[in-house]
Amino acid sequence: MTETSLPLRAVRRDKRRWLLIIGYSLLGLLIAMALFAPWVSPYDPNAQVMADRLLPPDSHHWFGTDGFGRDLLSRVIYGTRPTLLLVVFILILTVPVGMTVGIAAGYLGGWVERILMRITDIFLALPSLVIALAMVAVLGPSILNGALALALTSWPPFARQARAETQQLRRSDYLAAAKMQGIQGLPLMFGHLLPLCLPSAVVRAALSLGGIILSAAGLGFLGMGVQPPTAEWGSMVAEGGKVIFDQWWVAAAPGGAILLASLTFNFIGDGLRDRLDSRHDS
Amino acid sequence: MSTIRLEHLNVSHPQGYQLRQVVQDVSLTVEAGECFGLVGPSGCGKSSLLWVMAGLNPHWSGDMVLAGTHVQPGSSFTGQLRRDVQMVFQDPYASLHPRHRLRRTLAEPLKRLGFDNIDDRIAQGFEQVGLASTLIDRYPHQLSGGQRQRVAIVRALLLEPKIVLLDEPTSALDMSVQAEILNLLNQLKAQQQLTMVLVSHDPDVIDHMCDRSVTMQAGRITSLS
Amino acid sequence: MTANASPFIIADRLTIGHPEGRPLVDGISFEIGKERVALVGESGSGKSLTARSLMGLLAPSLSLNASQLSLAGNDLLHLKPSQWQSLRGGKVAMVMQDPKYALNPSKTIGWQVEEPLILHRKLSRRQRQEKVLAMLEAVGLVNPQQLIKRYPNQLSGGMGQRIMLAIALITDPEFLIADEPTSALDHAMRDQVLSLIQDLVAQRDMGLLLISHDLQQVADHCQRVMVMYQGQILDRLAARDLGQATHPYTRTLWACRPSLATKGKRLPTLDRAALEGYS
Repeated sequence: MTETSLPLRAVRRDKRRWLLIIGYSLLGLLIAMALFAPWVSPYDPNAQVMADRLLPPDSHHWFGTDGFGRDLLSRVIYGTRPTLLLVVFILILTVPVGMTVGIAAGYLGGWVERILMRITDIFLALPSLVIALAMVAVLGPSILNGALALALTSWPPFARQARAETQQLRRSDYLAAAKMQGIQGLPLMFGHLLPLCLPSAVVRAALSLGGIILSAAGLGFLGMGVQPPTAEWGSMVAEGGKVIFDQWWVAAAPGGAILLASLTFNFIGDGLRDRLDSRHDS
Repeated sequence: MSTIRLEHLNVSHPQGYQLRQVVQDVSLTVEAGECFGLVGPSGCGKSSLLWVMAGLNPHWSGDMVLAGTHVQPGSSFTGQLRRDVQMVFQDPYASLHPRHRLRRTLAEPLKRLGFDNIDDRIAQGFEQVGLASTLIDRYPHQLSGGQRQRVAIVRALLLEPKIVLLDEPTSALDMSVQAEILNLLNQLKAQQQLTMVLVSHDPDVIDHMCDRSVTMQAGRITSLS
Repeated sequence: MTANASPFIIADRLTIGHPEGRPLVDGISFEIGKERVALVGESGSGKSLTARSLMGLLAPSLSLNASQLSLAGNDLLHLKPSQWQSLRGGKVAMVMQDPKYALNPSKTIGWQVEEPLILHRKLSRRQRQEKVLAMLEAVGLVNPQQLIKRYPNQLSGGMGQRIMLAIALITDPEFLIADEPTSALDHAMRDQVLSLIQDLVAQRDMGLLLISHDLQQVADHCQRVMVMYQGQILDRLAARDLGQATHPYTRTLWACRPSLATKGKRLPTLDRAALEGYS
């Protein structure tokens, strides 16, 4: 008995699986760090020890210390909290709003669709960081305001995708069958259309989170996120920028964390998207 | 009085921003308890005509009476009329919602219309079509094509319709499975005195199933039998 | 047409399945020469998988085992991708069920029929054009010069399937595998397309493996029939003996077709429980 070898596509399939495994593991790590920060951090993130300022990484301070003598490792660990909180807020704000707008537009058609899509286009055209800055300047810097600001410009892609999918599904037999059974309106939109639009929305959410984390860090970098002394990666990078040539670790530690978090969601999004595609193939 | 009466029916399909006429000046009647066939090549308009009778296509004109109700062009079916006319679709893979368990798919319309004893009705329906009751809580992708089509038949019959429309119900099935479904349809028709309109491109199926039939071509009726 | 001395296709104990599951094709063996053979069975019987294994087109999640699998003397179990390429263009071609999904919607028909020639033959541009037009005429399409500029979405089902045939046959392969070529077509078209396949295969001295679920349909167009059920070949017989088949599965498949003669009667159906016991 002999076996054929199926090299190329099997390798791609394994890579897909590894992406998800790595992504989920990193996500688990981030969540654990956020939840157990008080127990995991070696020092109080806000404890200033002026005698120990700007120490390089060593056995006492694995990531070194910043300009106020605060332990960078602890600050990075505590910094997962505002980041993940922001991610959750944004998800709660963008995905439901976007999908509702998209499904309503695709299902109801006519004037409703045109109006909703024009509104979507307007928000799509807004530059996200500029609007975020403007909003935060008006409302005051905080996690919630930052999330609101970023969410305002993140929901349109979900709406467009949901609408396109809904339009395709409108021609399908199972929607015609539902109509025959007298099911229409809200029960049809949320009970029948929504479950079908959800998988691709999940993938899009995971993929866009990578970019959102960078935008959030950008807000923090510009001083528009959480206010000091709270540990937040973006503002930590800003502080570290002042001393970057001599004490590179002050910016590198939070910068690395931003990179890691962004990659985590990119891996998860990629892995999920490949998984979804393969299910469509079979 | 005929269960179905169509007079001078014209049907159009939206194509982009225009309407294309697909059925021209069709008149026919179907008596109670009869199986009536619409046969013809693809594109002849037979499915379009059926979808008008199902209330799924509002772009038609003419005179239509279904189960005693005079239907107005452009209006959607509501109330008793919606329950009186039910349809079995062609593709068993595409007519059951892939993310709903079968129980949910079957129970939802019954709940909305205020039926009682829903679980009993579903179990009875499954028994009538020869499906094991263990399948009620499965998803469509866990069933074979023939089994899915049986579920589609149960779904159509649960609302106790007077008219059952069948849009190429066996075209997507194997010969051997088609035989089972056709046997089942004949059995149900006899048991429940159903009035059926069957659309097919296969004249053999029509010959086997139907009491009377018409042949359609390019939107018109070309012969009756 | 009688089978050649050395069969064109040899399969011995062919098994296909998921790595940890029940086999979908369970150790079947058969030989096909330059003749017209039909492989008949229901969905899930494994007939399509068998055909795809002969073309090297199995899904990557499936595993394939056989003590022998050869086509035109080539050992299919150990072919490199480049060898598969030349085999598929030169020796064996496949026509599948639905032209809607098999034709590229963004390329003209002329381009798609010409492509196999570009990949597998060394001909000048003018020679290719001539062959394309000749092929389109051979499959019964009128006005080939106009047709080559059109796109697949402008075709009817029957025309699409003829184009598929043209694409398959333009490199003059020795064998054609047709996987349910008429299942997506209207009743009226089916006989036409099957007769066309039969004629072309006869004209070009080719072998044919026709896959179908309709026994009566293949009876008219093939010489031999193999009947599959749940991964095994249950019956092999000559097409002309189908009316007198002895195996209960074959008999039921043969008799289950509806017609005016069966009106009002129950059609024979498969008693699957009894089938499991019969071997």
